[in-house]
Amino acid sequence: MTSDPILDVQGLSLRYPGAAEPAVRGVSFTLGRERLGIVGESGSGKSTVGRAIMKLLPDAEMSAERMRFEGVDLLRASEAQMLKLRGARMSMILQDPKYSLNPIRRCGDQVAEAYRTHVRCSKRAAHDKAVAMLAAVQIRDPERVYGLYPHEVSGGMGQRIMIAMMLLTDPDLVIADEPTSALDVTVRLQVLKILDDLVKERGIGLIMISHDLNLVRNFCDRVLIMYAGRVVETLDARDLDRATHPYTRGLLAAQPRIGGPRAPLPVLQRDPSWTMEAPA
Amino acid sequence: MKPLRIEKMSIRFGAVTILPEVSFEVAPGECFGLVGESGSGKSTVLRCASMLLGTWSGDAKVGDRSVREMDLMERCRTLQMVFQDPYGSLHPRHSVRTTLSEPLKIHRLGDTEERLAQAMRDVGLPVEFLDRYPHQLSGGQRQRVAIARALILEPEVLLLDEPTSALDVSVQAEILNLLVRLREEKGFTCVMVSHDLAVIDHMCDRFAVMKAGDIVEVLPREAILDGSARHPYAQELIAASLAYEGAA
Repeated sequence: MTSDPILDVQGLSLRYPGAAEPAVRGVSFTLGRERLGIVGESGSGKSTVGRAIMKLLPDAEMSAERMRFEGVDLLRASEAQMLKLRGARMSMILQDPKYSLNPIRRCGDQVAEAYRTHVRCSKRAAHDKAVAMLAAVQIRDPERVYGLYPHEVSGGMGQRIMIAMMLLTDPDLVIADEPTSALDVTVRLQVLKILDDLVKERGIGLIMISHDLNLVRNFCDRVLIMYAGRVVETLDARDLDRATHPYTRGLLAAQPRIGGPRAPLPVLQRDPSWTMEAPA
Repeated sequence: MKPLRIEKMSIRFGAVTILPEVSFEVAPGECFGLVGESGSGKSTVLRCASMLLGTWSGDAKVGDRSVREMDLMERCRTLQMVFQDPYGSLHPRHSVRTTLSEPLKIHRLGDTEERLAQAMRDVGLPVEFLDRYPHQLSGGQRQRVAIARALILEPEVLLLDEPTSALDVSVQAEILNLLVRLREEKGFTCVMVSHDLAVIDHMCDRFAVMKAGDIVEVLPREAILDGSARHPYAQELIAASLAYEGAA
């Protein structure tokens, strides 16, 4: 972790058109070269934060005191500037490779295209770069996989192809939105390990958006817990068990554990005051 | 309470064999788990046993009676299923009342009002919710309606196909508690498909590990922690789940 933050967000609020309530209210955090987890239930606004940073929600009403990415003011950045940033210096890994890859183009060509969009080079060079990256995400026989269509690869392989595509341009910020929830548990660990190694090796700032407390506990340094559009608690991942906010504690307790007592699981009692509290 | 026996169940779609030959037995009142990676045929077993798929060979018996001998009416009163996605498994333009009263009408069961109210109380929903539509309910409430719909005919066997994987942990806890309580109260035999070993461990005494359509091993719940699994894939699955939980 360096003192110079990659991303600095202060007081981010966002409301979808036509919605009565804002989806995100006053979220603030900074991100260095570290792995930050954002957890919360569905509808808590965690994915919206990720998309707002990428400015992928042009119709929503967005406001913030400050939103800076490596010296670029994201609030004022034009769409042309954003096009240069997205995919090159900040990129996003989505949940399900089945829906995120173009079904009628070869996987490798899609990876190479991501590179050619941002770097002037020959097709041959992009091809070589893509093959090398596929090898880096531990795909055996990358030349063969390069020529496959998305329906010909498994979910775990598809997700590794997505990771390859997003890391190929050496971004400084990667936002992973539920990167492994479509995968089986045996494959999930491998994919997370690959992502984790690459992120560490290249010093990338990672935002991991997930509903899964076990995942952020194992693969993040710091965790923001969101409830109803607000950050209710920020913790070091290793201190997750010592969380003080009743919402975080409720989420942790509601999770069944292997070898657990099989007593009825404690059910989360929602307190209306959680939506009023100032973010800690 | 009746036992469920799956005998040499086998199905192919064209040239692809989905289930080569699956056999297992579930004791009366037991909750039996099926785990395995996606595409291993867990859900297919349930769809065959409930005759949603008919082109399979082998047999599935509830007590001494084969599901193939039952007519539709009898089958529906014997076996019911709860699906993964509560958004997809309820008719969007039917109110909860319509969804729940349809089976009562078809099976000509009396005291409709009393049964509807009881079904709602059983799954912990206010009786007023009978007049809501699925889009007016949260994911957890919808899954409660799906469970109420499955149980309103008082089936002997309940098949659960990933009943909580579309839900948040906090809501999952509510649904798991509900299923445990209903099983104690009503005493049905239960088969639960899940990819989450922690959920299986919480609900089931025994579970089968599936890979590529085969049951590679049937294990007691204790085997997750004591390391008595023999098959390499079962060991891999258990090790991955433990590592993921950070409990290893």
